[in-house]
Amino acid sequence: MATTAARRLTNAGPIAYASLVVILLASVFPLYYSFLIASKDNSALGDAFPSLVPGGNLVENLGRVFDTVDFWSAMQNSLIVAGTVASSNVLLGTLAGFAFARLRFRGSHSLFLIVVGTSMVPTQLGVIPLYVLMSALDWYGTLQAVIVPALIGAFSVFWMRQACEESVPQELVEAARMDGCSVLRTFWHVALPAVRPQAAVMGMFTFMTAWNDFFWPLIVLDPNDSPTVQVALSTLASGYYTDYSLMLSGASLAVLPVVGIFLLLARQIVGGLMQGAVKG
Amino acid sequence: MTVAPARRGTGTRRPVPPPHTGRPSWRDRLGRLDTRFTPYLIVAPFFVVFGVFGLYPLLSTAWMSLHDWQLIDGAQAFVGLDNFRELLADRNFWNALGNTLSLFLLSTVPQLVAALGLAALLDRGLRGRAFWRAGVLLPNVISVAAVALVFAQLYGRDFGIVNHLLGLVGVDPVDWRAETWASHLAISSMVMWRWTGYNALIYLAAMQSVPKDMYESALLDGASRWRVFWSITVPGIRPTILFTVIVSTIGGMQLFVEPQLFDPGGTATGTGGTDRQFQTLVMYLYEKGFRLFDAGYSSAIAWVLFLLILVVALVNFTLTRRIASKG
Repeated sequence: MATTAARRLTNAGPIAYASLVVILLASVFPLYYSFLIASKDNSALGDAFPSLVPGGNLVENLGRVFDTVDFWSAMQNSLIVAGTVASSNVLLGTLAGFAFARLRFRGSHSLFLIVVGTSMVPTQLGVIPLYVLMSALDWYGTLQAVIVPALIGAFSVFWMRQACEESVPQELVEAARMDGCSVLRTFWHVALPAVRPQAAVMGMFTFMTAWNDFFWPLIVLDPNDSPTVQVALSTLASGYYTDYSLMLSGASLAVLPVVGIFLLLARQIVGGLMQGAVKG
Repeated sequence: MTVAPARRGTGTRRPVPPPHTGRPSWRDRLGRLDTRFTPYLIVAPFFVVFGVFGLYPLLSTAWMSLHDWQLIDGAQAFVGLDNFRELLADRNFWNALGNTLSLFLLSTVPQLVAALGLAALLDRGLRGRAFWRAGVLLPNVISVAAVALVFAQLYGRDFGIVNHLLGLVGVDPVDWRAETWASHLAISSMVMWRWTGYNALIYLAAMQSVPKDMYESALLDGASRWRVFWSITVPGIRPTILFTVIVSTIGGMQLFVEPQLFDPGGTATGTGGTDRQFQTLVMYLYEKGFRLFDAGYSSAIAWVLFLLILVVALVNFTLTRRIASKG
């Protein structure tokens, strides 16, 4: 009985709900606004207060985006980059995660601590030598300059190790090994099927991160030749006059795939993030 | 009975040999190699990628910073600490340092406090839990480039919605890009918009592992919600708070995209406003390295920033530990 009384105290009241609604509106508003401006004629922006009802110029503005920059090829580039990076992180991350969670080898604990530690290293500060390295490899302006450094990240290893600890039974791994399965076969037939759901969420997460990446693609890709979507967006913004409907049409297009993935997988993404936080 | 331990002591853990042959078969040997080396082989890609594209470049900045190094033409001469000497006398460097610290404080401190409050809200018994959680995380998955474009419009001087709203309560239009404080506030709001919900969920996860009956009995004893929050919740999730402070420090000190795209000149100039009023250290590094091709000088900035991040992270760690344990 004591707990029901207390639960009444900890349950959210009207004020709590009202605050959450306000916060949610603030979270969504900039996105809606982006879409709103994208649907209007530039002249409508001069109004004292822009109406929150979408206008009828969306298609026309989107057309202008494709006329101004080669948005199709930027979309394709982003798709190639994010797709490759996500697949490779799923494969290499699950392999490494499996090793850390289920295989015994000398130094595995310290090696894993190093993996976690690397996520704290501000590698962004090494951009100058990284650029020099890419030039030496003759990779400037090519997609592999963006893909290869992102092939496998600490986050993926960390996430998949956790997934393997949860979902891959140690006894099954040992039984397979006893039966003469090699490590890789055990991985393929025992571990990978067991962690498929977590691997899918992680892959989508990596896809979004790679899709959104801006700093490094801006430096190593040629904005006029082979940009990703984010780099193309920044070109839209750096015109001599500021054409907001054009810019925000581009922005709306660029966020569309990511918002789509998020709406599909929100529950799993939230779950994974929170689980990682507790154990990490 | 005494035989078994003695045998273990000899260290022979060889499996029972196959009955049909005296020496280990080719398959057995391969199997043993597999057990021993495959684990290293499959964790190796991470270390190779991190080493080549993360660690090596970071360490190379130290070497480069000691040279007159041109981005296109390569190393010209060893100059010792000249780049650093020049840096200390460079007004633009100090300006960028001040801006970085100011933007970092303005965006991180309110953000983490707000995230704590939001997490406390989400920790109450709620209907539609998954919905609220997803809602607050949504901004985090939007690319910074897109966010910067939207906010650039929201903060427009003439047609921006923020100035419209301020006008309604009788405040004169603010030129968000021209004034230092205004620009810092605007840029910080972008960072906050993107990261508050994310950090709130991290806090929420930690809060849920604090035993509920502790709150409940305190509340039943008549403690205010405010007091319960500060005396039970915050100390209960102290390690997580420390973690977010460190991560936000490392990220915040490297702020680049938001201010870079807030500038109408955009990536073309990278000076952070006409008077560099919101140029951060990473923006200055970018300007020196990729606009003026002075790789040596740019590396010196990177190296100083690296040390600075270490120092600030350490200071924040100590400070937060003290504050969070006070309750």
